[in-house]
Amino acid sequence: MSTAVKLEAKSVAAPVEMMTVNVNGRSVSVPKLMPDHNGKPVPTTMLQACQVAGVEVPHYCYHPKLPIAGNCRMCLVEFGLPMMGADRKPILNEDGSPKIAKQVLPYDPSQPRGAIACATPISPGMEIYADSIATQQMREGVLESLLINHPLDCPICDQAGECKLQEYSVEHGQATSRFVEEKVHKPKRVDLGPRIVLDDERCILCSRCVRFTRDIVGDDALGFVNRGSYNTLTHFPGKPFDNNYTLNTVDLCPVGALTSKDFRFQMRVWFLKETKSVCTSCATGCNILMGSREGKIHRYEPRQNDAVNSCWMCDEGRLNYKWIGREDRLKTVMIRRGNAPQVVGKWPIALAEISARLNAAIPGSVAIIGSSRQTTEELWLLAKIAKKLGAKTDTKVREGEADKLLVNADRNPNSTGARLTGFLTEKAGNNIRAIVEGLKVGSIKTLLVFGEDITTLGISSALLDTVDCLIVSEILPNATTAKANYLLPGCAHAEKRGTLINIKGRVQKFMKAVEQPGEARPEWEFLNELAANIAGHHRFVSIEGLFNAMAQDIQPLNGLTWSSLGDQGVTIAI
Amino acid sequence: MPQEFRLILKNIDQSGFTNDLACYLRHGGYVALKQALDLQPKSLPDGKVQTGPEQIREEVKASGLRGRGGAGFSAGLKWSFVDRRSGKPIYLICNADESEPGTFKDRQILHKDPHQLIEGMVISCYANDVKLAYIYVRGEFPEGARILKRALEEARANGYLGKNILGSGFDLDIFIHRGAGAYICGEETGLIESLEGKRAYPRIKPPYFPAILGLYMCPTIVNNVETLCHVRHVITMGASAYAKLGTPNNTGTRIVSLSGHVKRPGYYEIEVGKVTLGELIHAPNFGGGLREGRSLKAIIPGGSSSKIFRAGEIFKLKRKGADGLVTNVDVDLLDIPYDFDSLQAAGSMSGSSAIIVMDDSTDMVKALANLSEFYAHESCGQCTPCREGSLWMSKALHRMTHGGARKQDADYLHKTATNIQGRTICAFGEACAWPVISFVNKFRDEFEARGVEDEVRAASQTGGGVPPI
Ligand SMILES: Cc1cc2nc3c(=O)[nH]c(=O)nc-3n(C[C@H](O)[C@H](O)[C@H](O)COP(=O)(O)O)c2cc1C
Ligand code: SF4
Ligand code: SF4
Ligand code: SF4
Ligand code: FES
Repeated sequence: MSTAVKLEAKSVAAPVEMMTVNVNGRSVSVPKLMPDHNGKPVPTTMLQACQVAGVEVPHYCYHPKLPIAGNCRMCLVEFGLPMMGADRKPILNEDGSPKIAKQVLPYDPSQPRGAIACATPISPGMEIYADSIATQQMREGVLESLLINHPLDCPICDQAGECKLQEYSVEHGQATSRFVEEKVHKPKRVDLGPRIVLDDERCILCSRCVRFTRDIVGDDALGFVNRGSYNTLTHFPGKPFDNNYTLNTVDLCPVGALTSKDFRFQMRVWFLKETKSVCTSCATGCNILMGSREGKIHRYEPRQNDAVNSCWMCDEGRLNYKWIGREDRLKTVMIRRGNAPQVVGKWPIALAEISARLNAAIPGSVAIIGSSRQTTEELWLLAKIAKKLGAKTDTKVREGEADKLLVNADRNPNSTGARLTGFLTEKAGNNIRAIVEGLKVGSIKTLLVFGEDITTLGISSALLDTVDCLIVSEILPNATTAKANYLLPGCAHAEKRGTLINIKGRVQKFMKAVEQPGEARPEWEFLNELAANIAGHHRFVSIEGLFNAMAQDIQPLNGLTWSSLGDQGVTIAI
Repeated sequence: MPQEFRLILKNIDQSGFTNDLACYLRHGGYVALKQALDLQPKSLPDGKVQTGPEQIREEVKASGLRGRGGAGFSAGLKWSFVDRRSGKPIYLICNADESEPGTFKDRQILHKDPHQLIEGMVISCYANDVKLAYIYVRGEFPEGARILKRALEEARANGYLGKNILGSGFDLDIFIHRGAGAYICGEETGLIESLEGKRAYPRIKPPYFPAILGLYMCPTIVNNVETLCHVRHVITMGASAYAKLGTPNNTGTRIVSLSGHVKRPGYYEIEVGKVTLGELIHAPNFGGGLREGRSLKAIIPGGSSSKIFRAGEIFKLKRKGADGLVTNVDVDLLDIPYDFDSLQAAGSMSGSSAIIVMDDSTDMVKALANLSEFYAHESCGQCTPCREGSLWMSKALHRMTHGGARKQDADYLHKTATNIQGRTICAFGEACAWPVISFVNKFRDEFEARGVEDEVRAASQTGGGVPPI
């Protein structure tokens, strides 16, 4: 009750102050203040006003999440201001409208006095001519300057296809060059750090990378040396560019100057299919795009989500995808009876046998070790099974060091989900000892393991040999899968759909990018069957239906639907 | 005959005048400072009370003093923009980066009369509630910096600087910061960055107007060496007497650096607007005329960045007649009074008040190539048009002076320069574009002739085709 009142009071307070300006002949009302790169409200810029008006102003150095530098000059626009009389009142036209003075250079009135849209605040009555001939000429001039010393090696450049220099040259540049002098030559293939290679000739000196690492990461690692046209981006001598966020500079770089060692020369970007997903390497859950082609993932890139990761992600999370395509992925169901070796099995047989065994188990004789890397839906289904069987549950704790930007100390992506679904009834890691004891004394006879190698949790291979029935769902082989009586090949998150709930309660869904190998199946599908067989649960045919039912069941998720999550997720109270 | 008027240079070069404190005191030094610190709060007709510092600020405004660093902006007005309500400290910086080619006036003061500058600074700081000030000294002035340092120590030891200056309760310290040899450090926001220990990348304005967000993001005043010295004289003379020097809106005196093809190059202090360009070049007590057998070809009137004039040019300038009416009259180049407004009206500027004279022996393409090479070397490289354009123009001019000129190069250069001016972060954009624009405009014949000549020669050598580059 009280929260609702508070919310209402808040929405009534402080109406947004507006200002009217004119963009390309159209009057638009824009907020007087708009967020800067930190989200702090500051006077609205011409570029922001144009955005509100739906007019794009080309730009290189400007980035909404970086402090403004104003150095590329690509966003120069012609503009006009209301003329003021000596009495400081606006001078009016005959029709009563204010007279506008197009701004010209005081020393050469034949030339416009352009303003950089990215840094110039709007003022009442301002007219912005974002497409005028004068604006186009200024743009052409800047592009010409950027191109004269550019190597134009697009055919071998990784950026080709997503290069702002290419794009703007086509849209705003000229086909021929006046330049007949020798180009400036600069270092090529500079090894900037363990993950980045720099081509200084391609660099347009926009300083995005410099500002990112200095102002966002807090590692003042990059800078320019030399002067004028010889300006060269570099790192400090003997100090490689090596923090956990370096690869964001590759995304930020508008041209192909900064390239990722992991990705360069691997794939033309226009072949890549982009899938909206979420990073699973820590509890932050950075939003990402997976770039894949023909079933193979080639890169992760951050996807903007201001509630989670802004426009960034850490290098560790970004590069943590190679395992998905590993050759030794589990591809078939394996069944082992008694002490015989594992043999290839079939899904229907395995699931029927598992269901029968679990249904026959004495209450309390089953334990389930799940994973906080599993999706919320999977954990919810597992929780239902656990409840029915009176099974003790636990997950593996993954702790690391947190940093100031994104990385969370909790390296599991869905600890919140494990808790909210009721899969975990205790603090993660608290039940393991009791489970180990139960296995040792023989009170626990059946063990279900999802996505963890439990030999790392103090359950030795020898102890596993004593278990009556070991049911394991995994992606890659390990010491636990070797002992499984039923081994069920599962999917990497790139191969299925589902949701994860991050450390702050952001419920986020991820989509399927590539096909799973062999007979591997998304875990929610077969868990769904087991839950139906064991707990009499409804059989869901789609992830949407499953999510929606789960949302009704879990109080903090009440009211959410799969589609209401959108691309950016929803924050719930946790 | 027009005469020099030595106000700032009064003691400089006089026999027996040395740059130590004792000598300065013997010549009336620090009297202005005492006067300034002694100012009592004054009741105004409207009942308000004006403090001493406020009175000084008013005086400086009333004196009409304009900045001597390049832009000629009213010093009083600049001071009035300072954000005095921010609660942050206010800084004052003396710009002693003097690097504009042709300019050598500030160094006379630093070397020969450093206490005059210090006195001007202490008064200016008192007027603006500044407790900490810096002198940014050009990297190539090691001697000047050494002299200044000693002078600051003397002043501190004798109560003209430091805590409780002359018993007034006013505290101020001044530190020297030395540049490392870059022209762009003279641009005030580049200077501030450099002073903060960073690369001298000029800041964008808005939002970084020094008066609001200057040094360490605090309100900051940047004034030229000579400007700050004038403040001392505004105090001793009083604003109205000072404003009688020079001409209306162009008050006081100014040191002119005269160089090039004159018999007597050097620095001369004049009442602003009381001496013409022609007199500065030809009068026997100034430039003394051109070398024997030579005739005037061109004048760069205000430092290398200002637009060049061609000998014989006639300008339409506004003149107030005896009847008080303003009319447009034809004025010959040599009759232009040397002041801020007239040179601007003639399409150039007085800039750093450095006159470079060129006689008929000058190859204009070569002269421009020389200037452009300087600007290509000094561009900080931060913003695209200046970074790329400055070197482009320099390379083109190098080609033109090495046998590879083309007929279209005049237009080629002109367009490249036009694409720079007005589109950059700082006024260096103009500084590098204006020489090119004005040389090409005023001496297009020479640039085109060079192109024809080279193309003809190349054609005769290669049997046609494109000239070698
Ligand atoms: C490229 C460039 C170089 C400059 N160099 C100097 C300089 O060496 N000394 C100087 O006093 N002003 C220089 N200025 C002007 C300063 O930016 C500033 O306007 C001046 O110091 C203000 O002092 P004033 O108001 O007393 O003239 C330069 C300006 C530009 C754009
Ligand atoms: S490397 Fe890229 S991001 Fe960095 S300054 Fe150069 S162009 Fe800009
Ligand atoms: S911070 Fe966490 S969620 Fe974000 S990219 Fe890194 S590991 Fe992934
Ligand atoms: S105009 Fe030239 S000197 Fe000034 S900021 Fe731009 S690149 Fe640097
Ligand atoms: S986007 Fe680079 S100057 Fe505005």
